[in-house]
Amino acid sequence: MARLIAFREALREAMSEEMRRDPNVFLMGEEVAEYNGAYKVSQGMLDEFGPKRVIDTPIAELGFTGIAVGAAQNGLRPIVEFMTWNFAVLALDQILNTASKMLAMSGGQISCPIVFRGPNGSAGQLGAQHSTAFESYYANIPGIKVISPSNPYDAKGLMKAAIRDNDPVMFMESEVMYGDKGEVPETEYIIPIGKADVKRQGRDVTIVSYNKMMKVALGAAAELEKEGISAEVIDLRTIRPLDWQTIVESVKKTNRLVIVEEQWPMCSVSSEIAYRIQKEAFDYLDAPIRRITAADAPLHYAPNLVAAALPDVPRTVKLVKEVMYVKK
Amino acid sequence: MAATKFSKETYLYWYELMQLIRQFELMAEEKYKMDGKIRGFFHAYVGQEAIAAGCMTATRIEDPFVTAYRDHGLALAKGMSPDACMAELYGKATGCAKGKGGSMHFFGKDVYFFGGHGIVGAQIGTGAGLAFAEKYKGTDNVALTFFGDGAARQGMLHETFNMAMTWKLPVIFICENNNYAMGTSVERTSNVVDIYKLADAYEMPGDTVDGMSAEAVHEAISRAVKRAREGDGPTLLEIKTYRYKGHSISDPQKYRTKEEVEEYKQRDPIQLVLSTIYKNKYATKDEIAAIDKRVNDAVVASVKFAEESPWPSDDEVLKDVAMDANYPFIVD
Repeated sequence: MARLIAFREALREAMSEEMRRDPNVFLMGEEVAEYNGAYKVSQGMLDEFGPKRVIDTPIAELGFTGIAVGAAQNGLRPIVEFMTWNFAVLALDQILNTASKMLAMSGGQISCPIVFRGPNGSAGQLGAQHSTAFESYYANIPGIKVISPSNPYDAKGLMKAAIRDNDPVMFMESEVMYGDKGEVPETEYIIPIGKADVKRQGRDVTIVSYNKMMKVALGAAAELEKEGISAEVIDLRTIRPLDWQTIVESVKKTNRLVIVEEQWPMCSVSSEIAYRIQKEAFDYLDAPIRRITAADAPLHYAPNLVAAALPDVPRTVKLVKEVMYVKK
Repeated sequence: MAATKFSKETYLYWYELMQLIRQFELMAEEKYKMDGKIRGFFHAYVGQEAIAAGCMTATRIEDPFVTAYRDHGLALAKGMSPDACMAELYGKATGCAKGKGGSMHFFGKDVYFFGGHGIVGAQIGTGAGLAFAEKYKGTDNVALTFFGDGAARQGMLHETFNMAMTWKLPVIFICENNNYAMGTSVERTSNVVDIYKLADAYEMPGDTVDGMSAEAVHEAISRAVKRAREGDGPTLLEIKTYRYKGHSISDPQKYRTKEEVEEYKQRDPIQLVLSTIYKNKYATKDEIAAIDKRVNDAVVASVKFAEESPWPSDDEVLKDVAMDANYPFIVD
């Protein structure tokens, strides 16, 4: 039986189920315990698991990440919540130089099974320092995995996979999606990391997106349908490893590809997809691969500037028509 | 004759371990400089051997150690074989990290040596994390976390001290103060030159220790270990030591005088232990010569082992990067 639950509840269920299953899993971060989470993702978890396993930290991202990484190297399976991925930059040294490299540097001796999670990207008028989308940053790093789901069902199944994974996993959420409701089964399920999902079937064009930009992609597809254009929409769900095979299969059918993402354009996820698809499906393309990213600028505060900087449905519709060579 | 506080066996263990570390380092440096068979950054432990010796006799094997890039001495002390260590310096497949780590990244999980780390101060946090895991699992093991005086100026130290005290983690923070952060003396990096006082801000016990004395190191570590095992939390020990060699093998050492180096060599930690051995007749000159020969043979054998070992095969490039056996590497 599926129920409608919110994104934050889906994450909470995933963490709680895994903590019941494995005593070595614990949650650590700012405000995760007594405050019940800055965005209430961990609500009630302190009550169930106690302060040994649901741990409030001081505001010291580098320090608590270091402690969690050391704990992971010594047999535990930490989940580290960042209040936002913008703050995780302070801990990047630990993620990049210790968590991601230790297995290689130690010749395979020291692994680091750890999940880093928290909201990512823009969430309205939060200003430049709380609005960066980091998928492409972490996706550049060998040895780690980057997950960026778009709905409660995927979030739960992928979070459980992330916690059971034996490598460091970055899990990107969104402040503006925590309240989104979706159908989630009562029974246990796990979604494998690295598998994209075709969220809408179509014939004429492929739109690839992830995280909250999936709403733009699906919104554009609905608009396009009114005009007789059938868009296939692929939700990447995992950024690294990138399931480019699913995109190739779709492009073989539609012969056109548009990517919608919240990254800045330089060295973004769409850059990598465009490279991969031109290499693997060159003969199937009837138009250049195009994309809509965030504007190549820090995100400003004013509401019209936020709107102007981020991908939206009208611009996505317009871009799809361009790759369809539809005049109007 | 006044009996020493430590046994004959302890002194002889200290002497042999310290000689092994020193002779290993001198041989490796020779192979680096003369033969060019060792490359990369190389930081010798020469002069600091008493710290490794004192820490070993004050702990048990299950107590995890983690340190910075000056890691050869502690790796040998933990019991990693000179063969595997020398082969790692050579970048050979038989090295303690399969030739993937090099001088700065020795690892020996089987002897609870969690590595040499290259980002100054980063291991202060992960060392506390090793301790966190021990406490979480309910052991009474204690994590020994080593760092230099340079690392004491990193923010990581303060963030970690704060949490380690708040959570009473079983960790000993060991600052091996050899006076110089590369070429910058302690006095030039802070208004606070007594690094052990940094513990005061977190109400952590802090103390200074004579790092040329294996006895003093053992006693200070023992006190801190006892405190940690009993659940009372961390201690900061500032161990005053001195490196005879440069910061790294390429350091011209213009920031200090030859006289200063000579002055410290007068209090050489190995000679101090040796004189106690002779004074108490714990060994004859012949017996010491036999130890020296055993050490020398082991070091010479490690070079032979390293030189005769194979390089890692090229397909190791994409191995040990992820635990996931089917990790999909980006291959163009």
